[in-house]
Formats: sequence, structure tokens, C-alpha cells
Amino acid sequence: MGGLSPDELEIVALSLKVSGVAIAGALPVAFALAWVLARLRFPGKILLDALIHLPLVVPPVVTGWLLLIAFGTNGPAGRWFAEVLSLTFMFRWTGAALAAAIMALPLMVRAMRLSIEAVDRRLEGAARTLGAGPWRTFATVTLPLALPGVLAGLVLGFARSIGEFGATITFVSNIPGETRTLPLAIYSALQMPGAEGVVTRLAVISVLLSLVALIASETLARRAGHGRGAHVL
Amino acid sequence: MSFEIAVTLPRGEGIRVAFAAPAGLTALFGPSGAGKTSVLDAVAGLLRPTQGRIVAGGEVLFDSEAGIDLKPERRACGYVFQDNRLFPHRRVLGNLLYGLRLAPPERRWMTVDEAAGFLGIGHLLQRMPATLSGGEAQRVAIGRALLSAPAFLLMDEPLSSLDAPRREEIMRVIERIRDELRLPILYVSHDRAEVARLAGRIVEIGG
Repeated sequence: MGGLSPDELEIVALSLKVSGVAIAGALPVAFALAWVLARLRFPGKILLDALIHLPLVVPPVVTGWLLLIAFGTNGPAGRWFAEVLSLTFMFRWTGAALAAAIMALPLMVRAMRLSIEAVDRRLEGAARTLGAGPWRTFATVTLPLALPGVLAGLVLGFARSIGEFGATITFVSNIPGETRTLPLAIYSALQMPGAEGVVTRLAVISVLLSLVALIASETLARRAGHGRGAHVL
Repeated sequence: MSFEIAVTLPRGEGIRVAFAAPAGLTALFGPSGAGKTSVLDAVAGLLRPTQGRIVAGGEVLFDSEAGIDLKPERRACGYVFQDNRLFPHRRVLGNLLYGLRLAPPERRWMTVDEAAGFLGIGHLLQRMPATLSGGEAQRVAIGRALLSAPAFLLMDEPLSSLDAPRREEIMRVIERIRDELRLPILYVSHDRAEVARLAGRIVEIGG
């Protein structure tokens, strides 16, 4: 990273922080939603499924605008978070993380849902007859067998959130040091004459980050797969 | 009586089964699709009967009138499935220990070494289930069930996926469980010769 200026390093660090927080926050939500969609049957399931997938198909700028309405200073969710948790999102990196999490959620839920559906439920029955309660069965059978898909969901979500642009710039604007993540910084540099070097360096970093994330998760998934040929890629 | 079962099961138009079985091995015999496996699932607690009563190993496991329905993990049943259902992410040893560790210490009556010796699987302990042959996997599945400190065994066509020499080998193991360990066994099969050799009592289901 010797070729990066302090400003550029700050951008990379901010991007990693935003995506890291986004994915850490989205993980339990995504897993719970994936489990509900994979295992439960209830009226309105199609609607829930569609709502989760909405950020995948709606223009990101619309998602950003909806986030503004819901999580803005006067939005219902925004007010609740401000009063109860003293957490605000407008024009802050937390808002960038929220936008990244929302945009990454569909991919994470999809991958995790598939892996939970692929778990052989007869193995869970076997665990029960061997004396394991529902929670222990979940922790010792369901979760380990679904792990490659959970990791796949994590990396897909991370890669997606690193690249998040439209919803972020709409929701929290493009503030240096606060909400200017990698794609926003590349966009800003493109507007400036003579900043080709910055664009190139940041673009290379984007590609490298994505590549490292994909390879790391594939390695982890193979290890978790215990030679059963589990793949993320 | 080692098993007293009188239940209606929610399969198709509703399967009705009623029998009482003495100690030893009791075979549920009948054509495919008659509901034999459903009876075992009901005894294990994996399938809830619409109504009836199940007593196994001297304990009431299910009684619709009394409102009793023990959870599967409370039934102390050793279930050997037709498709063995070994945990693919655990080694043979991990599979064997799974039920043993969950059994209360005072109820355990077999160690891993004893089970491994009894079943001849000592050399397989570090292997992953995917690398086992059909006969090896079935012996491990039997060992896993025995080590969970069961009060009785359920066996669902444990020989069906095996070739002739392996069938003979597993059949001897089952005879030893019946005669040396004296565990009550509920055994499902559609093979008349197998049932005639192993069972002290035969219950016809369906057909």
C-alpha cells in the first residue's frame, strides 16, 4: 500500500469499516430471515420474500430515497433509533453502513437460505433421537452443515457492500472522511481533472479487495465442507 | 412386555397399528409403503400419532388421552435408520460420541472401546462417513445408537443397502445385540427370510 496517499488510505479504511459494520449487523438478520424462509410456512411468506429481494431490483437511488424517508431525522425509524439508541444515520458513516447492509441483505439471505434448505432434515431427526434438544441440534448439525452457505452469503454481501454507490450517495451524500467510500471516491476523482492516478489506484484496490474476499471465503468454505466438495464460488 | 403400541398414524388415510411385543426382537413385517417406518418414527417421537398410546421399555412415551408426548431426546431410543444418517461433518468417532456425551452418566452402559470391539469398527474411528463402505457405515450407525444409552432399539431395514456377505455380518451383530445385550428391538423389514431368522415375534402391517 506504499503507493497510497494518506487520503486514499483513509478512504480504504472507511470503506472497510462501513462494509465490516454493515455485514456484521446484517449477518444475524440475514440468517434469521433465511431460516424463516427456508423452514417456516406462513401466510404472507411470498410478500416477505419479495420485500427482502426488493433492493436487488429497485433502482438503488430509490432505495436511498426510501432510507431517507424512513431513517431521516424525521423518519419514524430514524426518530426511534435516535431516541432509544442515540444512533443517527443522516450524513454519517453509520448511514452508509445501513445502506450497504440493506443492499447486501438479499444476496446474503439467498445464499444462506439455499444452504439451510440443503441441510438434510433427517439428520436433525437423528440428532434428536440421540438425545439432542432443538437448540443443540441446531448448533451441532444444522449450523455446521449450513456453514459454507453462510460464509458464501457473508462474502457476497461484503463484496456487494464494498461496491455500494447509488443508495449511499442518495441517503448520506458524499462527505469526505465520513461517507465517501471507495466507489464514491472514484466517482469524485473522475469529476476532477488530472486525478487519473487516484482513480486507477482506488479501482485496483476495489478489484483486489473483492478478489481477496472471494478467495478467503472459498478457502474457508472448503475447510468447513470437510471434503464434501462445498463451494462458495 | 417390551413394546405396547396402539396408534393411528397420520399417513394416507390413517394407518392403524396395535400390538404388544415380548422381550427380544419383534419384526414389523409388510410390503413397502404399508407404514412400517411410520410406526418406528412414532415410537422415536419423530412422527406424532393422531391418537393412541405407545409404551416402550416400561415407559409411557405417548398417550393421547393422558396428554403425554415425550420429546424425541427424552425417549432413550436407539434408532438405526435405513439410510444410516451418519453426520457427514463428523468423523466416525465424533458420530459415536454424539449420543454418548448426551446420555446421563449413570445410564451409560457401553464405552466407545466396547462398542468398537463389539462391532469391529476400531480401525475406522478417524475416518469421515463419506469414505465408509455400506457395511461399515451401517455398523457405525448401530454403534452410535448403542452408545446413546438406549432402553430399546429401533431398526429400519438395516440390511437393505448391503450385499450378501455384509448382510450376514450385520445379522450376526443384531443377533448378538438381541442375545448378549438383551435390548428389546423393534425391527422393520420386508424380507421374510431375514424376519424368520431374527424375530421372536412377527407383526404383520398392511397387505
